[in-house]
Amino acid sequence: MSGSSQVLATRARPRRSSLRSWRWSDRIVYLLAWFSGLALCLVAGALILYLGVRGIEYVSPSLLFSRPTAGVDQSQIGGILDPLLGTLLVVVIGIFIATPIGVASAVWIVEYGRPRWLARAVESSIEIVAGTPDIVIALFALSLFQLGLFGFLSFTASGGGVYGRSFLTAGVAVSLLAIPPVFLATRDGLQTLPGHQREGAFALGKTRVATIRRVLLPGVRPNIGTGVTLGMGRIIGDTAIVFLLLGVGASQRFDFQGGTPGLNALRGTGATLTSYIYTTSPAGEGNAPQKAYAAAFVLLLMVLALNAFAGFVAGRGAAGKMSFGDRVRFGAWA
Amino acid sequence: MAHRNSPLHAQRAHDGALEVPPVKRIVLDRHPTAIPPPAVEDDGALRRRPAVGGPERLRLQGVSVSYAGKAAVKDVSLSVHQGEVLALIGPSGCGKTTLLRTLNRLTELTPGATRGGSVLLDGHEVHQLADTELRARVSMVFQQPNPFPMSVFDNVAFALREQSRKRPRRREIEPQVIEALRRAGLYEEVRDDLHRPALRLSGGQQQRLCIARAIALRPEVLLMDEPCSALDPRSTETIEQLIGELSRELAIVIVTHNLQQAHRVADRVAFMYLGDLVEHGEVEQVFRTPKAPRTRDYVKGVFG
Repeated sequence: MSGSSQVLATRARPRRSSLRSWRWSDRIVYLLAWFSGLALCLVAGALILYLGVRGIEYVSPSLLFSRPTAGVDQSQIGGILDPLLGTLLVVVIGIFIATPIGVASAVWIVEYGRPRWLARAVESSIEIVAGTPDIVIALFALSLFQLGLFGFLSFTASGGGVYGRSFLTAGVAVSLLAIPPVFLATRDGLQTLPGHQREGAFALGKTRVATIRRVLLPGVRPNIGTGVTLGMGRIIGDTAIVFLLLGVGASQRFDFQGGTPGLNALRGTGATLTSYIYTTSPAGEGNAPQKAYAAAFVLLLMVLALNAFAGFVAGRGAAGKMSFGDRVRFGAWA
Repeated sequence: MAHRNSPLHAQRAHDGALEVPPVKRIVLDRHPTAIPPPAVEDDGALRRRPAVGGPERLRLQGVSVSYAGKAAVKDVSLSVHQGEVLALIGPSGCGKTTLLRTLNRLTELTPGATRGGSVLLDGHEVHQLADTELRARVSMVFQQPNPFPMSVFDNVAFALREQSRKRPRRREIEPQVIEALRRAGLYEEVRDDLHRPALRLSGGQQQRLCIARAIALRPEVLLMDEPCSALDPRSTETIEQLIGELSRELAIVIVTHNLQQAHRVADRVAFMYLGDLVEHGEVEQVFRTPKAPRTRDYVKGVFG
């Protein structure tokens, strides 16, 4: 049998037959496939090129590291330090909430998943959350966080009304955007782990918890990394939730309002790059296109970097190499 | 692997005249890549050591297992002694693996599986032991090498760690890890870099790592589910020798499809067919003078 396959391999086959010899239907499908791929590349390339050309001339260290101020002209409204930090803060809060929830629910679904109807309910809930438009999430979250119960997350007006808008409330709301990708990536990773890995751990007398912690979670670490990166991308790109829950205004700074700056900054309002673009761009409701282009360029760079990182993480998992975390752990033990 | 299993080739190897298998003539511009199967001396060399016949470790009394009402193992009674290798043989789907997995209660993980009869480990019913304790005392090696996605050292250390409440420090368990690797015959090959990822080892090394992991806890019984079926002949030979050495101090139960292998490594053989234990006894008796006609039909290819 090996002989016949060798025969096939050695027979000279034309590397690429001419398109002329193809049937018409094949030619059409081939060209369609070719051009749709090409068109996508063109769109992506044009986007990057346009934003690069328009953005790069306005991006400067002083823009990145100076704080926005109120002003009528775009030469007076300062830099994008606060929106930049705001984006990072929202991403960090969102991911810190989304990762444990997403991973834990995926572990429960795959490793326990009983009763069956509850598992199905959880899965469809996550699908519903994934399919909900972010503006709906924002409205829901705002009405929720304006309840007195959640007053600690934001500031309360003197009349007793809870403001409901803060980095904390926005972070909680955007975490809903990141939970589905984290959940899906982790679940798929756990489902594709070969069953004999679990049994191997059980057969050594390991408990379920030890198996999950020491064998399964390290095994799906690349998947979790991919999910987290995708979730971060979704949070970074989100505008509606930030717009409703964090506040609007090009001159938004971290709102300290006196007291301990750390917690109060989190409870205060602010801006992210997306809301900054919206409030400065003439396409939105501003008149500072230079700032908008610069911010858009920085935003695009962040998303591209995240995507590259996600590809790197996923590729490393596929190569079956030891994960970064294991390296860290050896270092800690050695 | 197909070469090894066919009695024809074993016979040919015995004759001494080792023939190169015919290479298809059509392949003109290539060197023949087919390599003759290694001559496996099936003289039962491993078995020639005196069977120790130590104390009884496992006793199965009327064990039956069914999956969702469908019987997979019916009323099997056997005993497993320290110092000997028991091979379970039989056609596919006859319940060998199910029976093996019942011994350390892995069948429980399959939804709908039920067990009747009793399995006694040193006289105690296994269902009265905590499953973690049982599986540390009756450990298992699987068909597919399944090292965990961590380093060689950690694979073995994982077995040792977390048995105790306090996480032992690395240098405390290092001697035990090295000892286990050495007993599994892997230490010399990995000593330079114990921290390389286990998944980078070759298949045979991975399987020996799994054996090291399984014996690190000093179990009383070692279950092996076709441990060589995913390996090349050379690794198979290494592992068979290892089985011979380990069986001095352990009771080993091995499931195998390969009758020559059963003949080489086992002291006793149990033949199963459609869930029934048809015959069991000393290896020479079962292979040379089987009592049941079914056994005779099944093993008749072994001696050519």
